[in-house]
Amino acid sequence: MGKDYEVVIGLEVHAELKTDSKIFCGCSTAFGAEPNTQVCPVCSGFPGMLPVLNQKVVELAIITGLALNSKIPDYCKFDRKNYFYPDLPKAYQISQFDLPICMGGYLDIEIDGDKKRIGITRAHMEEDAGKLVHQGNITSTTFSLVDLNRSGVPLLEIVSEPDMRSASEARAYLEKLRAILLFAGVSDCKMQEGSLRCDANVSVRPVGETRLGARAEIKNLNSFRSLERAIEFEARRQIEAIEDGEAIIQETRTWDEDKQATRSMRSKEEAHDYRYFPEPDLPPLRISHEWVERLRTVMPELPDQAQIRLQESFGLPSYDAAILTLTPESLAFFDKCVELYPQPKMVSNWMMGELSRLLNQNNLEISDCRFGPAELARLLTLIDEGTISGKMAKGIFEDMFASGKPPDQIIAEKGMTQISDQDTLIKVIDEVIAANPTVVEDYRNGKEKALGFLVGQIMKATKGQANPGVVNTLLKERL
Amino acid sequence: MALTIKEVEHVAMLARLSLSQQEKETFAVQLGTILEYASTINQLNTDGVEPLDHILPVFNVFREDQVEPSAPREEILSNGPLIEDGQYRVPKIL
Repeated sequence: MGKDYEVVIGLEVHAELKTDSKIFCGCSTAFGAEPNTQVCPVCSGFPGMLPVLNQKVVELAIITGLALNSKIPDYCKFDRKNYFYPDLPKAYQISQFDLPICMGGYLDIEIDGDKKRIGITRAHMEEDAGKLVHQGNITSTTFSLVDLNRSGVPLLEIVSEPDMRSASEARAYLEKLRAILLFAGVSDCKMQEGSLRCDANVSVRPVGETRLGARAEIKNLNSFRSLERAIEFEARRQIEAIEDGEAIIQETRTWDEDKQATRSMRSKEEAHDYRYFPEPDLPPLRISHEWVERLRTVMPELPDQAQIRLQESFGLPSYDAAILTLTPESLAFFDKCVELYPQPKMVSNWMMGELSRLLNQNNLEISDCRFGPAELARLLTLIDEGTISGKMAKGIFEDMFASGKPPDQIIAEKGMTQISDQDTLIKVIDEVIAANPTVVEDYRNGKEKALGFLVGQIMKATKGQANPGVVNTLLKERL
Repeated sequence: MALTIKEVEHVAMLARLSLSQQEKETFAVQLGTILEYASTINQLNTDGVEPLDHILPVFNVFREDQVEPSAPREEILSNGPLIEDGQYRVPKIL
């Protein structure tokens, strides 16, 4: 490659707001119901039906704005975004165009220990569309089925500035945004259920160039992994095209998970003509300073504040603090565990090591974990008391993870108690010394390695239950 | 003034309408007449008049976040021309 390029990324994130009912009618927003059982004339777009705004949607949007350091204007309104698609029964989406509920803002990410601030352009409220189910093979089928349960579910679209320069920065931004939305309690953020969705605007330019290149908007990114892969693929595709002398056209592309590639959906010029105009069915909003301040006072602890608390009150490294504050569940698990077993770094090590390894292996979240913080605290206490060794604890931990049984029960069932009793151990040690005269002789002649062999024999004779610390001390004494 | 054929084609594309050459020419003239009539409003002097987002001086009309019963599925689906598996059946659009 002749030149060096940099990739420029901005993200548009749609988060479903956590309400019981839809944004403009009383239908339930619960996920997973039978098709078209949570619909009414309003969210099905019947003629003459009037939307009435759900107050909770506005409050959750304001809370999000505050959490993202946005300005909440004292006036905002809704607009109609017109387009034809079978999942949009009114043939327009009620959204916000020029006067959204949140203006500006930022969040901070950490990349390889360095802090970077990513700007937020705006966030606006809108209604979700329905769901299209294509029958059979997407290329050969001739029809689709429409389920309107999702039509009218409240969304907040959060648009970032084009401030990210790599796939890993984009991932860090999305992870941080998700953590903030979860801590603020405004969205479930379940990517697999579509309550958090992400589109990426990706362009490339030669290093040093300040103008933005033509961008591709990539859709269908429904996991952190597909976000990263799609950006990496798209940046490479654009750089290769430029190197081959081709022009990049502004277009919408979709991420094909099977092919691990982006492909063109439609070019932007012909598709984007939404003919926005003010929504005549909804009066505008006046948002008072008092209302905003009232919501600010009920704001829960946010990830950045929690990270500072973990570092200052518990002396955790910033890396640990960042990982533990990715979800409120993981922070709550940590806080509860430390309350019962006040050694924060030890708890953090176990959560980031054993626990997160098993969760990842099984594709689970911490909320799926079958034991609680009290059981982990108990396990760590048993190590300190010398009942079990650290090594035994790892085995017990796996059992706890698989069965949900408390550590004491697993130890009792398996007869795994560690032997720390000196008389019992001395008996075994003396037997091993007697059975291995040459090795003992080697050690006495200065061969340090021989000690390891003898310890191994003692552990074997006690089926791994001997307390290694006690064995070492006693063995040296006896030799 | 009549619209250009290109403008008519653009509007037709947005509305998913397929028009014959004859229709395009007819609509170019008719749409032009409508726009011309609507533009009469431009003759008014609106200096110093605030843009209006809504015709009534009403703000903050809300409902509580409360789930109400949805419509019976069969009843609401009966308004669609083609139904399959409790869903509307529509031509595939990609």
